[in-house]
Amino acid sequence: MKLKGWKEVTPGAVILEAGNAIEFKTGSWRAFKPVWKKEHCIQCLLCWLYCPDMAIKVKDGRRAEFDYDFCKGCGICALECPGKKGIKAIIMVEEEK
Amino acid sequence: MPKIVAATGNEGVANALRQVTPDVCAAYPITPQTELMQRFSSFVSNGQVQTELVLVESEHSAMSACVGASAAGGRVATATSSQGLALMWEILYIASGLRLPIVMPVVNRSLSAPLNIHCDHSDAMGARDSGWIQIWSENAQEAYDNTIQAFRIAEHLDIRLPVMICYDGFIIGHSISRIEYLEDGEVQNFVGEFRQVNPLLDIEHPLSYGPLILPDYYMEYRKAQDEVASKVSKIVLDVADEFKKLSGRKYGLFETYRLDDADIGIVILNSAAGTTKDVIDEFRDRGIKAGLLKPRLYRPFPYVEMGEALKYLKAICVLDRSDAFGGSFGQMFLDISTSLYPYDKKPLLINKIYGLGGRDYLPEHAEHVLNELIEITRSGKVKAYKEYIGVRE
Repeated sequence: MKLKGWKEVTPGAVILEAGNAIEFKTGSWRAFKPVWKKEHCIQCLLCWLYCPDMAIKVKDGRRAEFDYDFCKGCGICALECPGKKGIKAIIMVEEEK
Repeated sequence: MPKIVAATGNEGVANALRQVTPDVCAAYPITPQTELMQRFSSFVSNGQVQTELVLVESEHSAMSACVGASAAGGRVATATSSQGLALMWEILYIASGLRLPIVMPVVNRSLSAPLNIHCDHSDAMGARDSGWIQIWSENAQEAYDNTIQAFRIAEHLDIRLPVMICYDGFIIGHSISRIEYLEDGEVQNFVGEFRQVNPLLDIEHPLSYGPLILPDYYMEYRKAQDEVASKVSKIVLDVADEFKKLSGRKYGLFETYRLDDADIGIVILNSAAGTTKDVIDEFRDRGIKAGLLKPRLYRPFPYVEMGEALKYLKAICVLDRSDAFGGSFGQMFLDISTSLYPYDKKPLLINKIYGLGGRDYLPEHAEHVLNELIEITRSGKVKAYKEYIGVRE
Protein backbone atom coordinates (compact mmCIF):
# COMPACT_ATOMS: atom_id res chain seq x y z
CA MET A 1 0.00 0.00 0.00
CA LYS A 2 1.35 3.43 -0.96
CA LEU A 3 1.66 5.66 2.09
CA LYS A 4 0.04 9.09 1.89
CA GLY A 5 2.05 12.33 1.82
CA TRP A 6 1.54 15.19 4.28
CA LYS A 7 -0.83 17.04 1.93
CA GLU A 8 -3.19 14.07 1.86
CA VAL A 9 -3.61 13.35 5.57
CA THR A 10 -6.79 14.43 7.38
CA PRO A 11 -6.48 17.60 9.48
CA GLY A 12 -6.17 16.70 13.16
CA ALA A 13 -5.70 12.99 12.32
CA VAL A 14 -9.47 12.51 12.48
CA ILE A 15 -10.57 9.12 11.13
CA LEU A 16 -13.56 9.87 8.93
CA GLU A 17 -14.88 6.34 8.49
CA ALA A 18 -16.19 4.04 11.17
CA GLY A 19 -15.40 0.37 11.61
CA ASN A 20 -11.99 0.25 9.98
CA ALA A 21 -10.14 -1.19 12.97
CA ILE A 22 -10.76 -4.53 11.23
CA GLU A 23 -8.12 -3.52 8.68
CA PHE A 24 -5.46 -3.23 11.37
CA LYS A 25 -4.60 -6.69 12.63
CA THR A 26 -3.12 -6.73 16.12
CA GLY A 27 -2.71 -10.47 16.73
CA SER A 28 1.04 -10.29 16.14
CA TRP A 29 1.47 -8.33 19.41
CA ARG A 30 0.71 -11.52 21.35
CA ALA A 31 3.29 -13.21 23.60
CA PHE A 32 0.87 -15.68 25.21
CA LYS A 33 -1.97 -17.28 23.35
CA PRO A 34 -5.31 -18.31 24.86
CA VAL A 35 -6.38 -21.83 24.00
CA TRP A 36 -10.02 -22.90 24.28
CA LYS A 37 -10.67 -26.33 25.81
CA LYS A 38 -14.18 -26.96 24.59
CA GLU A 39 -14.77 -29.91 26.90
CA HIS A 40 -14.44 -27.67 30.02
CA CYS A 41 -16.58 -24.81 28.62
CA ILE A 42 -19.99 -24.15 30.21
CA GLN A 43 -20.97 -21.52 27.61
CA CYS A 44 -21.30 -18.75 30.18
CA LEU A 45 -19.88 -16.22 27.65
CA LEU A 46 -17.97 -14.35 30.36
CA CYS A 47 -14.91 -14.46 28.07
CA TRP A 48 -16.90 -12.69 25.34
CA LEU A 49 -18.11 -10.11 27.86
CA TYR A 50 -14.66 -9.40 29.32
CA CYS A 51 -12.63 -9.40 26.11
CA PRO A 52 -11.40 -5.80 25.59
CA ASP A 53 -11.29 -6.40 21.83
CA MET A 54 -13.72 -8.56 19.85
CA ALA A 55 -11.50 -11.61 19.78
CA ILE A 56 -14.12 -14.10 21.05
CA LYS A 57 -16.38 -15.15 18.22
CA VAL A 58 -19.99 -16.05 19.01
CA LYS A 59 -22.10 -18.09 16.64
CA ASP A 60 -25.84 -18.75 17.17
CA GLY A 61 -25.57 -17.53 20.75
CA ARG A 62 -22.76 -19.95 21.57
CA ARG A 63 -19.06 -19.41 22.05
CA ALA A 64 -16.93 -20.24 19.02
CA GLU A 65 -13.15 -20.12 18.34
CA PHE A 66 -10.83 -17.20 19.16
CA ASP A 67 -10.21 -14.60 16.48
CA TYR A 68 -6.41 -14.72 16.58
CA ASP A 69 -6.09 -11.83 14.12
CA PHE A 70 -7.14 -9.48 16.91
CA CYS A 71 -6.37 -11.28 20.19
CA LYS A 72 -3.40 -9.49 21.83
CA GLY A 73 -3.01 -12.19 24.47
CA CYS A 74 -3.97 -10.08 27.48
CA GLY A 75 -5.22 -13.16 29.34
CA ILE A 76 -8.32 -11.53 30.86
CA CYS A 77 -10.56 -14.28 29.38
CA ALA A 78 -8.43 -16.99 30.98
CA LEU A 79 -8.50 -15.21 34.32
CA GLU A 80 -12.28 -14.75 34.29
CA CYS A 81 -13.14 -18.19 32.93
CA PRO A 82 -14.97 -20.18 35.70
CA GLY A 83 -14.53 -23.45 33.75
CA LYS A 84 -16.28 -26.67 34.63
CA LYS A 85 -15.79 -28.11 38.14
CA GLY A 86 -12.77 -25.91 38.71
CA ILE A 87 -11.03 -26.82 35.44
CA LYS A 88 -10.52 -23.75 33.24
CA ALA A 89 -11.78 -23.83 29.68
CA ILE A 90 -9.20 -21.21 28.63
CA ILE A 91 -5.49 -21.65 29.27
CA MET A 92 -2.61 -19.41 28.23
CA VAL A 93 0.30 -20.96 26.38
CA GLU A 94 3.50 -19.34 25.16
CA GLU A 95 3.45 -18.38 21.48
CA GLU A 96 5.65 -20.64 19.42
CA LYS A 97 8.66 -18.97 17.90
CA MET B 1 -24.40 52.50 18.20
CA PRO B 2 -21.36 51.49 20.20
CA LYS B 3 -21.68 51.76 23.95
CA ILE B 4 -18.83 53.44 25.82
CA VAL B 5 -18.21 52.13 29.33
CA ALA B 6 -15.68 52.32 32.12
CA ALA B 7 -14.83 48.71 32.85
CA THR B 8 -11.97 46.41 33.86
CA GLY B 9 -10.23 44.41 31.16
CA ASN B 10 -11.66 41.22 32.63
CA GLU B 11 -15.16 42.70 32.54
CA GLY B 12 -14.67 43.70 28.90
CA VAL B 13 -13.51 40.24 27.89
CA ALA B 14 -16.35 38.58 29.85
CA ASN B 15 -18.73 40.82 27.93
CA ALA B 16 -17.12 39.82 24.62
CA LEU B 17 -17.65 36.15 25.54
CA ARG B 18 -21.28 36.89 26.46
CA GLN B 19 -21.83 38.61 23.12
CA VAL B 20 -20.28 35.70 21.18
CA THR B 21 -22.24 33.15 23.27
CA PRO B 22 -20.09 30.02 23.07
CA ASP B 23 -21.97 26.72 23.33
CA VAL B 24 -19.70 25.44 26.07
CA CYS B 25 -17.28 27.04 28.53
CA ALA B 26 -15.31 24.84 30.96
CA ALA B 27 -13.20 26.83 33.39
CA TYR B 28 -11.44 26.86 36.73
CA PRO B 29 -10.74 30.08 38.65
CA ILE B 30 -7.20 31.42 39.06
CA THR B 31 -5.93 34.89 39.91
CA PRO B 32 -5.99 37.19 37.93
CA GLN B 33 -8.40 35.45 35.53
CA THR B 34 -10.94 34.89 38.35
CA GLU B 35 -12.83 38.14 37.81
CA LEU B 36 -13.35 37.32 34.14
CA MET B 37 -14.91 33.93 34.83
CA GLN B 38 -16.82 35.22 37.86
CA ARG B 39 -18.47 37.83 35.64
CA PHE B 40 -19.12 35.33 32.88
CA SER B 41 -20.66 32.83 35.30
CA SER B 42 -22.93 35.65 36.57
CA PHE B 43 -24.12 36.16 32.99
CA VAL B 44 -24.88 32.43 32.81
CA SER B 45 -26.66 32.36 36.20
CA ASN B 46 -28.72 35.44 35.33
CA GLY B 47 -29.80 33.96 32.02
CA GLN B 48 -27.98 36.66 30.04
CA VAL B 49 -26.06 34.11 27.97
CA GLN B 50 -27.03 30.65 26.78
CA THR B 51 -23.73 28.86 27.41
CA GLU B 52 -23.24 25.50 29.08
CA LEU B 53 -20.81 26.40 31.87
CA VAL B 54 -18.87 23.37 33.12
CA LEU B 55 -17.28 23.92 36.53
CA VAL B 56 -14.37 21.52 36.71
CA GLU B 57 -11.84 20.67 39.42
CA SER B 58 -8.64 21.79 37.66
CA GLU B 59 -7.33 23.47 34.54
CA HIS B 60 -6.20 20.11 33.18
CA SER B 61 -9.86 19.08 33.31
CA ALA B 62 -11.03 22.47 32.00
CA MET B 63 -8.98 22.11 28.82
CA SER B 64 -9.89 18.42 28.53
CA ALA B 65 -13.61 19.28 28.73
CA CYS B 66 -13.05 22.00 26.11
CA VAL B 67 -11.37 19.48 23.80
CA GLY B 68 -14.32 17.10 24.18
CA ALA B 69 -16.93 19.80 23.67
CA SER B 70 -15.14 21.22 20.65
CA ALA B 71 -14.71 17.82 19.00
CA ALA B 72 -18.37 17.11 19.76
CA GLY B 73 -19.27 20.11 17.63
CA GLY B 74 -19.60 23.12 19.94
CA ARG B 75 -18.15 26.61 19.87
CA VAL B 76 -15.95 26.54 22.97
CA ALA B 77 -14.15 29.05 25.21
CA THR B 78 -12.26 29.01 28.49
CA ALA B 79 -9.78 31.31 30.23
CA THR B 80 -6.81 30.96 32.56
CA SER B 81 -3.58 32.42 33.96
CA SER B 82 -0.15 31.31 35.15
CA GLN B 83 -0.15 27.94 36.99
CA GLY B 84 -3.50 27.18 35.38
CA LEU B 85 -2.01 27.46 31.92
CA ALA B 86 0.97 25.41 33.08
CA LEU B 87 -1.39 22.67 34.29
CA MET B 88 -3.16 22.70 30.91
CA TRP B 89 0.12 22.17 29.07
CA GLU B 90 -0.47 18.54 28.11
CA ILE B 91 -3.92 19.25 26.71
CA LEU B 92 -2.87 22.43 24.87
CA TYR B 93 -0.98 20.27 22.39
CA ILE B 94 -3.98 17.97 22.01
CA ALA B 95 -6.31 20.91 21.25
CA SER B 96 -3.99 22.21 18.53
CA GLY B 97 -3.05 18.76 17.23
CA LEU B 98 -6.72 17.85 16.80
CA ARG B 99 -7.22 21.28 15.16
CA LEU B 100 -9.96 22.36 17.57
CA PRO B 101 -10.84 26.09 17.41
CA ILE B 102 -11.00 26.75 21.16
CA VAL B 103 -10.72 30.40 22.25
CA MET B 104 -8.91 31.17 25.52
CA PRO B 105 -8.14 34.55 27.09
CA VAL B 106 -4.89 34.28 29.10
CA VAL B 107 -4.60 36.96 31.77
CA ASN B 108 -0.82 37.08 32.02
CA ARG B 109 0.77 36.26 35.38
CA SER B 110 4.17 35.08 36.58
CA LEU B 111 5.02 31.46 37.33
CA SER B 112 5.88 29.90 40.70
CA ALA B 113 8.34 29.52 42.51
CA PRO B 114 8.64 31.98 44.17
CA LEU B 115 4.87 32.23 44.30
CA ASN B 116 3.62 35.51 42.85
CA ILE B 117 0.21 36.53 41.50
CA HIS B 118 1.23 39.61 39.50
CA CYS B 119 1.89 40.24 35.85
CA ASP B 120 4.63 38.96 33.66
CA HIS B 121 4.57 36.95 30.48
CA SER B 122 6.19 33.69 31.61
CA ASP B 123 2.90 31.80 31.45
CA ALA B 124 1.98 32.43 27.81
CA MET B 125 5.64 32.36 26.70
CA GLY B 126 5.86 28.84 28.08
CA ALA B 127 3.02 27.85 25.75
CA ARG B 128 4.34 29.62 22.68
CA ASP B 129 5.34 26.42 20.90
CA SER B 130 2.12 24.53 21.68
CA GLY B 131 0.58 25.13 18.26
CA TRP B 132 -1.88 27.72 19.55
CA ILE B 133 -2.26 31.07 17.86
CA GLN B 134 -1.31 33.86 20.30
CA ILE B 135 -2.68 37.38 20.04
CA TRP B 136 -1.39 39.94 22.54
CA SER B 137 -3.30 43.02 23.71
CA GLU B 138 -2.04 46.36 25.05
CA ASN B 139 -5.20 47.52 26.82
CA ALA B 140 -8.78 46.56 27.70
CA GLN B 141 -10.14 47.72 24.34
CA GLU B 142 -7.66 45.53 22.46
CA ALA B 143 -8.40 42.57 24.75
CA TYR B 144 -12.13 42.97 24.03
CA ASP B 145 -11.61 43.42 20.27
CA ASN B 146 -9.10 40.56 20.03
CA THR B 147 -11.43 38.18 21.87
CA ILE B 148 -14.16 38.78 19.30
CA GLN B 149 -11.77 38.47 16.37
CA ALA B 150 -10.23 35.31 17.87
CA PHE B 151 -13.38 33.28 17.18
CA ARG B 152 -13.29 34.18 13.49
CA ILE B 153 -9.58 33.40 13.25
CA ALA B 154 -9.80 30.11 15.17
CA GLU B 155 -12.81 28.85 13.24
CA HIS B 156 -11.57 29.82 9.77
CA LEU B 157 -11.92 26.70 7.64
CA ASP B 158 -8.39 26.99 6.22
CA ILE B 159 -6.78 26.69 9.64
CA ARG B 160 -9.05 25.65 12.53
CA LEU B 161 -6.60 26.25 15.35
CA PRO B 162 -7.05 27.27 18.99
CA VAL B 163 -6.33 30.89 19.94
CA MET B 164 -5.00 32.51 23.13
CA ILE B 165 -5.72 36.19 23.72
CA CYS B 166 -3.07 37.54 26.10
CA TYR B 167 -3.42 40.65 28.25
CA ASP B 168 -1.62 41.81 31.37
CA GLY B 169 -2.93 40.57 34.71
CA PHE B 170 -4.06 43.31 37.13
CA ILE B 171 -2.55 46.11 34.99
CA ILE B 172 -5.23 45.56 32.33
CA GLY B 173 -7.30 42.76 33.89
CA HIS B 174 -8.27 44.65 37.03
CA SER B 175 -7.82 48.34 36.10
CA ILE B 176 -10.86 50.27 35.00
CA SER B 177 -10.51 52.04 31.67
CA ARG B 178 -12.57 53.14 28.70
CA ILE B 179 -13.95 50.39 26.47
CA GLU B 180 -16.17 50.79 23.45
CA TYR B 181 -18.58 47.84 23.22
CA LEU B 182 -20.13 46.78 19.95
CA GLU B 183 -23.81 45.89 19.98
CA ASP B 184 -24.70 42.25 20.73
CA GLY B 185 -26.23 41.80 17.28
CA GLU B 186 -23.16 43.23 15.56
CA VAL B 187 -20.87 40.81 17.37
CA GLN B 188 -23.14 37.86 16.60
CA ASN B 189 -23.26 38.79 12.91
CA PHE B 190 -19.51 39.22 12.88
CA VAL B 191 -18.71 35.82 14.36
CA GLY B 192 -21.59 34.10 12.53
CA GLU B 193 -22.92 30.60 13.07
CA PHE B 194 -20.38 27.98 14.06
CA ARG B 195 -20.25 24.64 12.30
CA GLN B 196 -17.68 22.08 13.38
CA VAL B 197 -16.35 20.31 10.29
CA ASN B 198 -16.17 16.82 11.79
CA PRO B 199 -18.46 16.81 14.84
CA LEU B 200 -18.31 13.70 17.00
CA LEU B 201 -22.01 14.06 17.79
CA ASP B 202 -23.00 13.62 14.14
CA ILE B 203 -24.20 10.08 14.75
CA GLU B 204 -25.10 9.59 11.07
CA HIS B 205 -21.37 9.86 10.26
CA PRO B 206 -19.41 8.19 13.06
CA LEU B 207 -15.70 9.07 13.22
CA SER B 208 -12.74 8.82 15.57
CA TYR B 209 -10.64 11.52 17.23
CA GLY B 210 -7.21 10.92 18.70
CA PRO B 211 -5.93 7.73 17.06
CA LEU B 212 -2.45 6.35 17.65
CA ILE B 213 -0.19 7.52 14.82
CA LEU B 214 3.01 5.49 14.55
CA PRO B 215 6.36 6.39 12.94
CA ASP B 216 5.03 5.67 9.43
CA TYR B 217 2.64 8.66 9.59
CA TYR B 218 3.50 10.88 12.59
CA MET B 219 5.85 13.17 10.65
CA GLU B 220 3.29 13.76 7.89
CA TYR B 221 0.80 15.05 10.49
CA ARG B 222 3.48 17.26 12.05
CA LYS B 223 4.49 18.68 8.66
CA ALA B 224 0.82 19.47 7.97
CA GLN B 225 0.66 21.21 11.37
CA ASP B 226 3.70 23.31 10.50
CA GLU B 227 2.26 24.18 7.11
CA VAL B 228 -1.10 25.34 8.47
CA ALA B 229 0.73 27.97 10.56
CA SER B 230 1.84 29.69 7.35
CA LYS B 231 -1.79 30.48 6.53
CA VAL B 232 -2.55 32.26 9.78
CA SER B 233 -1.10 35.75 9.09
CA LYS B 234 -3.32 36.39 6.10
CA ILE B 235 -6.44 35.27 7.95
CA VAL B 236 -5.57 37.48 10.93
CA LEU B 237 -5.25 40.46 8.54
CA ASP B 238 -8.49 39.64 6.67
CA VAL B 239 -10.43 39.37 9.94
CA ALA B 240 -8.84 42.65 11.12
CA ASP B 241 -9.98 44.41 7.92
CA GLU B 242 -13.52 43.23 8.42
CA PHE B 243 -13.40 44.20 12.09
CA LYS B 244 -12.24 47.71 11.13
CA LYS B 245 -15.32 48.14 8.95
CA LEU B 246 -17.47 47.23 11.92
CA SER B 247 -15.65 49.08 14.71
CA GLY B 248 -13.42 51.69 13.05
CA ARG B 249 -10.46 50.23 14.96
CA LYS B 250 -7.44 49.08 12.96
CA TYR B 251 -5.40 45.97 13.77
CA GLY B 252 -2.44 44.30 12.07
CA LEU B 253 0.17 41.64 12.75
CA PHE B 254 1.93 44.22 14.92
CA GLU B 255 1.66 47.92 15.65
CA THR B 256 4.41 50.36 14.75
CA TYR B 257 4.66 53.71 16.49
CA ARG B 258 6.81 56.48 14.95
CA LEU B 259 9.00 53.72 13.53
CA ASP B 260 9.17 54.63 9.83
CA ASP B 261 12.12 57.05 10.02
CA ALA B 262 13.47 55.85 13.38
CA ASP B 263 17.15 55.21 14.12
CA ILE B 264 16.53 53.48 17.43
CA GLY B 265 13.60 51.33 18.45
CA ILE B 266 12.01 49.38 21.26
CA VAL B 267 10.13 46.11 20.76
CA ILE B 268 7.75 45.47 23.64
CA LEU B 269 4.52 43.55 24.29
CA ASN B 270 1.23 44.49 25.92
CA SER B 271 0.57 47.25 28.47
CA ALA B 272 4.18 48.46 28.77
CA ALA B 273 3.94 49.62 25.14
CA GLY B 274 1.65 52.45 26.28
CA THR B 275 4.22 53.82 28.75
CA THR B 276 6.96 53.46 26.15
CA LYS B 277 5.02 55.44 23.52
CA ASP B 278 4.83 58.43 25.90
CA VAL B 279 8.59 58.35 26.44
CA ILE B 280 9.19 58.01 22.69
CA ASP B 281 7.11 61.18 22.19
CA GLU B 282 9.40 63.01 24.66
CA PHE B 283 12.51 61.83 22.81
CA ARG B 284 10.97 62.82 19.48
CA ASP B 285 10.30 66.30 20.92
CA ARG B 286 14.04 66.51 21.57
CA GLY B 287 14.74 65.57 17.95
CA ILE B 288 15.75 61.97 18.63
CA LYS B 289 14.41 59.53 16.07
CA ALA B 290 12.97 56.82 18.29
CA GLY B 291 10.17 54.39 17.48
CA LEU B 292 8.35 51.33 18.78
CA LEU B 293 7.10 48.00 17.52
CA LYS B 294 4.46 46.14 19.52
CA PRO B 295 3.80 42.57 18.34
CA ARG B 296 0.15 41.50 18.20
CA LEU B 297 0.25 38.12 16.43
CA TYR B 298 3.01 36.44 18.42
CA ARG B 299 2.35 32.85 17.28
CA PRO B 300 2.73 32.04 14.47
CA PHE B 301 5.46 34.69 14.62
CA PRO B 302 5.49 36.85 11.47
CA TYR B 303 9.28 36.63 11.05
CA VAL B 304 9.44 38.08 7.53
CA GLU B 305 7.14 41.06 8.15
CA MET B 306 8.88 41.78 11.45
CA GLY B 307 12.33 41.67 9.84
CA GLU B 308 11.23 44.01 7.04
CA ALA B 309 9.81 46.50 9.55
CA LEU B 310 12.93 46.55 11.75
CA LYS B 311 15.89 46.09 9.38
CA TYR B 312 16.35 49.82 8.68
CA LEU B 313 17.02 50.72 12.31
CA LYS B 314 20.51 51.26 13.75
CA ALA B 315 19.88 49.81 17.20
CA ILE B 316 16.97 47.98 18.83
CA CYS B 317 16.20 46.91 22.36
CA VAL B 318 13.81 44.00 22.83
CA LEU B 319 12.18 44.22 26.25
CA ASP B 320 11.00 40.87 27.59
CA ARG B 321 8.63 40.54 30.54
CA SER B 322 9.83 36.94 30.96
CA ASP B 323 13.14 35.17 30.84
CA ALA B 324 14.25 31.94 29.21
CA PHE B 325 16.36 30.46 31.96
CA GLY B 326 19.40 28.43 31.06
CA GLY B 327 21.80 31.17 29.99
CA SER B 328 19.54 32.21 27.13
CA PHE B 329 17.77 35.49 26.32
CA GLY B 330 14.18 36.63 26.71
CA GLN B 331 11.88 34.68 24.39
CA MET B 332 10.93 37.66 22.22
CA PHE B 333 14.58 38.66 21.82
CA LEU B 334 15.24 35.22 20.30
CA ASP B 335 12.38 35.68 17.84
CA ILE B 336 13.39 39.21 16.84
CA SER B 337 17.01 38.06 16.39
CA THR B 338 15.77 35.30 14.09
CA SER B 339 13.69 37.82 12.12
CA LEU B 340 16.76 39.95 11.45
CA TYR B 341 19.26 37.14 10.88
CA PRO B 342 18.74 36.90 7.07
CA TYR B 343 19.80 40.52 6.42
CA ASP B 344 23.44 41.43 5.73
CA LYS B 345 22.99 44.90 7.18
CA LYS B 346 20.99 44.79 10.37
CA PRO B 347 20.51 46.72 13.60
CA LEU B 348 22.53 46.11 16.75
CA LEU B 349 20.30 44.25 19.19
CA ILE B 350 20.12 44.26 22.96
CA ASN B 351 17.78 42.52 25.39
CA LYS B 352 16.36 43.86 28.66
CA ILE B 353 14.33 41.80 31.11
CA TYR B 354 11.80 43.96 32.98
CA GLY B 355 8.64 43.86 35.07
CA LEU B 356 8.85 40.28 36.38
CA GLY B 357 6.24 39.34 38.97
CA GLY B 358 4.46 42.68 38.59
CA ARG B 359 7.51 44.93 39.13
CA ASP B 360 6.47 48.37 37.83
CA TYR B 361 7.67 49.41 34.41
CA LEU B 362 8.23 53.15 34.70
CA PRO B 363 8.95 55.89 32.15
CA GLU B 364 12.53 56.13 33.47
CA HIS B 365 13.09 52.51 32.44
CA ALA B 366 12.18 53.37 28.85
CA GLU B 367 14.38 56.50 29.08
CA HIS B 368 17.30 54.42 30.35
CA VAL B 369 16.88 52.00 27.43
CA LEU B 370 16.57 54.72 24.79
CA ASN B 371 19.64 56.55 26.16
CA GLU B 372 21.61 53.32 25.96
CA LEU B 373 20.45 52.84 22.35
CA ILE B 374 21.63 56.39 21.52
CA GLU B 375 25.02 55.54 23.03
CA ILE B 376 25.18 52.31 20.99
CA THR B 377 24.47 54.16 17.72
CA ARG B 378 27.23 56.71 18.61
CA SER B 379 29.88 54.19 19.61
CA GLY B 380 28.81 51.21 17.52
CA LYS B 381 29.52 49.10 20.61
CA VAL B 382 27.27 47.01 22.83
CA LYS B 383 28.23 46.78 26.49
CA ALA B 384 25.87 43.99 27.51
CA TYR B 385 23.54 42.01 25.26
CA LYS B 386 21.25 41.01 28.10
CA GLU B 387 20.50 42.90 31.30
CA TYR B 388 17.77 42.99 33.97
CA ILE B 389 16.35 46.49 34.50
CA GLY B 390 14.48 47.78 37.56
CA VAL B 391 16.29 45.29 39.78
CA ARG B 392 18.26 46.07 42.96
CA GLU B 393 21.95 45.16 43.09
